[in-house]
Amino acid sequence: MGTQSTGSAAGDYGLMRAAFGGAGTSFTEFLADYNPEYLPGRRAAALGAPNGPLPFDPPHGTTIVALTFPGGVVMAGDRRATAGNVIASREIEKVFPADEYSCVGIAGAAGLAIEMVLLFQVELEHYEKIEGTTLSLDGKANRLATMIRGNLGLAMQGLAVVPLFAGYDLETAEGRIFSYDPIGGQYEERGFHTVGSGSVYARGALKKLYRADFDATGAVTAAIQALYDAADDDSATGGPDLTRRIYPVIGVVTEDGYHRIPESELGELVQEIVDARHRLPDGPNAPLR
Amino acid sequence: MSTPFYVSPEQLMRDRADFVRKNIARGSSAAVLNYDGGILFVAENRSRVLHKMSEIYDRIGFAAAGRYNEFENLRQAGVRLADTRGYLYDRRDVTALGLANSYAQLLGNIFSEAGGKPYEAELVIAEVGDRAELDQIYRVTYDGSVTDARGFVVIGGAAEAVTTALEETYTENPTLGAALRTAVAALGRDGNGEPRELSPAQLEVAVLDRDRKQPRKFRRVLGSHLAALLEDEPGADEAALEENGDDESAASAESPGEELDPNTLIDEALDEHDEDDSTGDN
Repeated sequence: MGTQSTGSAAGDYGLMRAAFGGAGTSFTEFLADYNPEYLPGRRAAALGAPNGPLPFDPPHGTTIVALTFPGGVVMAGDRRATAGNVIASREIEKVFPADEYSCVGIAGAAGLAIEMVLLFQVELEHYEKIEGTTLSLDGKANRLATMIRGNLGLAMQGLAVVPLFAGYDLETAEGRIFSYDPIGGQYEERGFHTVGSGSVYARGALKKLYRADFDATGAVTAAIQALYDAADDDSATGGPDLTRRIYPVIGVVTEDGYHRIPESELGELVQEIVDARHRLPDGPNAPLR
Repeated sequence: MSTPFYVSPEQLMRDRADFVRKNIARGSSAAVLNYDGGILFVAENRSRVLHKMSEIYDRIGFAAAGRYNEFENLRQAGVRLADTRGYLYDRRDVTALGLANSYAQLLGNIFSEAGGKPYEAELVIAEVGDRAELDQIYRVTYDGSVTDARGFVVIGGAAEAVTTALEETYTENPTLGAALRTAVAALGRDGNGEPRELSPAQLEVAVLDRDRKQPRKFRRVLGSHLAALLEDEPGADEAALEENGDDESAASAESPGEELDPNTLIDEALDEHDEDDSTGDN
């Protein structure tokens, strides 16, 4: 509808007219029609010539791990954001519920990634309200891929966003994990996956620790161990901070929906793991054969 | 070339209003009421899928009467408006009053636009507050006038007859079950002869539940829960809302000095979360 107006004189009426003329189930597409400037990733032009390096160092989020267990999926993220060699934040949160049955973790340019998660959350809720039904887990994963593709311009300038998406599939009754590359390629992962700067170390740890018959507690423990190993070898990943009581953000998605493990309970488990590392600094041993 | 007849503006508006009023009165009514735990939506509706009431935003619900495709357009516009505002500002900045005003402007403009057909729809926009005093219920009519209601409001069908019935029977702060039974009885007394008894299959019921843990307060009351509420079975109020995971008390009942095993704690935390949150089947 050609009546869109962003002037304050029109106030909400311009928006209401646009909303009334809108069609379709996608919030992102509606917003792009109304005012594309509101979308992350549409501001590439403002940053100058493509391929040129950015004149500043924006904060980057680091390591996310996700692993499935019978009946669900666990996602965990460390709490550090770095800007160059500076620790930009020691308590950033990088794992979010996307909707009731899925969660998303982010690595890469933190500001942009958080904006993208916000948009993704609204996108899913919007679909649910307009259509009166929820998207399938594959549908949600595909929507996220579309949003990353929209960010291609910024990714080329070093502001890549690399999310990890996981959820409980109500149709197949299992936890599933989807990974992405910076240009929007989407891959379903089996068992476990990691993203971010510390991901190689975390993946190595999970390779040795992962068991297909984990219960929720086992999966949460393995996730913390993997993040510990990532923080051990990657300077951009933060380990559990026992002095400040800052622990990884851990979300569990089961048939009962998304649930974040409260810090009060996480503290005990983290303490136990760190105590064990005092005895065995490299963590639990896997059998050789 | 023919000269159009002169029609006075008064006559034009009156004709349009008569046309809309007549058509809206042909449908069935919907009532929105305060109860002690939030806001209750009740409508006569035989369809399970073509809803007359829906969620707009976290604390805001929508009820409509009139022509389905038209109020469905309005509902979707409201969802787009609310989601955009919430995304650009903050979730708390989406209010029923702002939404009602936008609807009023839109409907008022459509009503007076030359050439077009006015919308045959009446809306209720309701917002549940943190406390009962902060609850808001707005009625927006086809010509864009807004009124705010205290206690209850009825739209569509024989709204006047149902309102009269409710004025006699509605008491302040009823329980959920009492409010529902009052509303259903009133909807049956629509002035067309004998009072009718509406069965659960003829009703669409939803609530904005103030005490729901999740930020999204809207949920539908369906099936056996609805039947139990109508029958005034003991415990039906709690049962209808029980899926809200309101078992905080169970968690705090744990004795403090007891040694805590983190593994069981996490499993318990997950168990605690096993409320079946049924907004999904809206």
